[in-house]
Amino acid sequence: MTSQTAGLLGIGLVLFTGFALTLLTLLYKRFPLHFRTIHAFLRIRRAASLVVEDGTRLHVSIGSANLLSPSCASALAGLALIRHLGEVTSLSDHPPITTTGSPTLNLLAQDTLRTAHESVATEQAFDMNNGRLTGLTPLSYIAGVMPSIRDENISNNILIGNFGPEVGLLTEAAERQKTPVIAASESLPAQAVLYATNQAPLIGEELFAAGAYTQAEPAHAASLTVQDLLRWLIILALIGGALLNMAGIL
Amino acid sequence: MRRVFPILNAVIAIGVGLIVLTGYFVDLQGMMEIRLLLFQWAVIIGGVAVLVGIGNLLTVHLNKLRSRKKGAIYSLVLLFFMLISLLISGTAGLEPLKPLLLDGIIIPVEISLMAVLAITLVVSAIRMLRTRLDLPTILFILTAFIVLLGIGLRSFFGQLPILGELAQSEFIKNTLALGGARGILIGIALGTLTTGLRILLGVDRPYGGK
Repeated sequence: MTSQTAGLLGIGLVLFTGFALTLLTLLYKRFPLHFRTIHAFLRIRRAASLVVEDGTRLHVSIGSANLLSPSCASALAGLALIRHLGEVTSLSDHPPITTTGSPTLNLLAQDTLRTAHESVATEQAFDMNNGRLTGLTPLSYIAGVMPSIRDENISNNILIGNFGPEVGLLTEAAERQKTPVIAASESLPAQAVLYATNQAPLIGEELFAAGAYTQAEPAHAASLTVQDLLRWLIILALIGGALLNMAGIL
Repeated sequence: MRRVFPILNAVIAIGVGLIVLTGYFVDLQGMMEIRLLLFQWAVIIGGVAVLVGIGNLLTVHLNKLRSRKKGAIYSLVLLFFMLISLLISGTAGLEPLKPLLLDGIIIPVEISLMAVLAITLVVSAIRMLRTRLDLPTILFILTAFIVLLGIGLRSFFGQLPILGELAQSEFIKNTLALGGARGILIGIALGTLTTGLRILLGVDRPYGGK
């Protein structure tokens, strides 16, 4: 395949996805979409209502992805979740805290928390230190998050973003405090670790479903449907390719 | 102004996003230069963000120390070593001490954390057998057992008869493991695509604003 064909295919895929996303968002009110139950997201919703009632904190960690790399998409999904959880829990005595291992992500997390705070509680002053950079290498970041899990009256931990296998140390730290963890990463080794250490792990693309399951906004629900649609197209292409290969055409 | 800034942010973010995305697919004249310029700006902003982040780390731990919160002693240790690192990095003549910081402190501490992680994973696997005993869990533990014993023990006892062959069989490596991994990665790529498009369409705004 030449680079020109690959470029055209890429543009086609992006345009098709953008068109399907817009169309399904517009049609959402007429044809609401329903998704299967994912227990981790039920837990997140429950956790958000609990922290307002019992005066504890929610801790959201979005990993250490570089904003200029493709791995930052998981952190961007985490930021969308922070926005929603910030709006729901900002009125409580202890607003949520976020931790990151990337300076640029930390700026975005602080800004997202501030926007969520201002949209519901304009009279209270917002503390920028609720968004924290805990370390600049993956392990120093993890080592910096562990004291927050232990000392900040945290009742629920949500870890959504770019983590390596070292995320197991965070789930273990939370386990020692008897605080539940909802965790997801786009890295395969981290997913294997989370599967072993977490009660309700999010596997694969489930991490990108956070917006649709917690905010229920038309565009988030539509993007999840577009993902399903594209997945079926890829499955059909794979099966078709295999059949053509067996028939000796490809 | 409070209303203008979010709109301006969205216009800039979407515009820049579209330019970078188009530049990936279309080799238009001048597009490469614009993309390069935007990346350079992003790198400069990243550098400034590191300084802001260090300031944030400093204030968080100073506040912790001032309010004498639980674990404040660790904040004191962190601030002390932050100061030492700054002194060593910024003072002329102290450069020979830099490798000491890296080889004598950072690398051994990180290796120790990896060792703790290994133990943590073994404990978690045992705990998983107790709390979530279902078919996927059994398959997961069995696979980990086969791979660890089949490959891990090779350096001590040589190739083990059945476990070693199973762990390295082409069917397990190239069909089961690679197929599963590709399936997950395709899902993640699709998620990345739709997340990126939501930002380009202005639905998600990680840069603030409704």
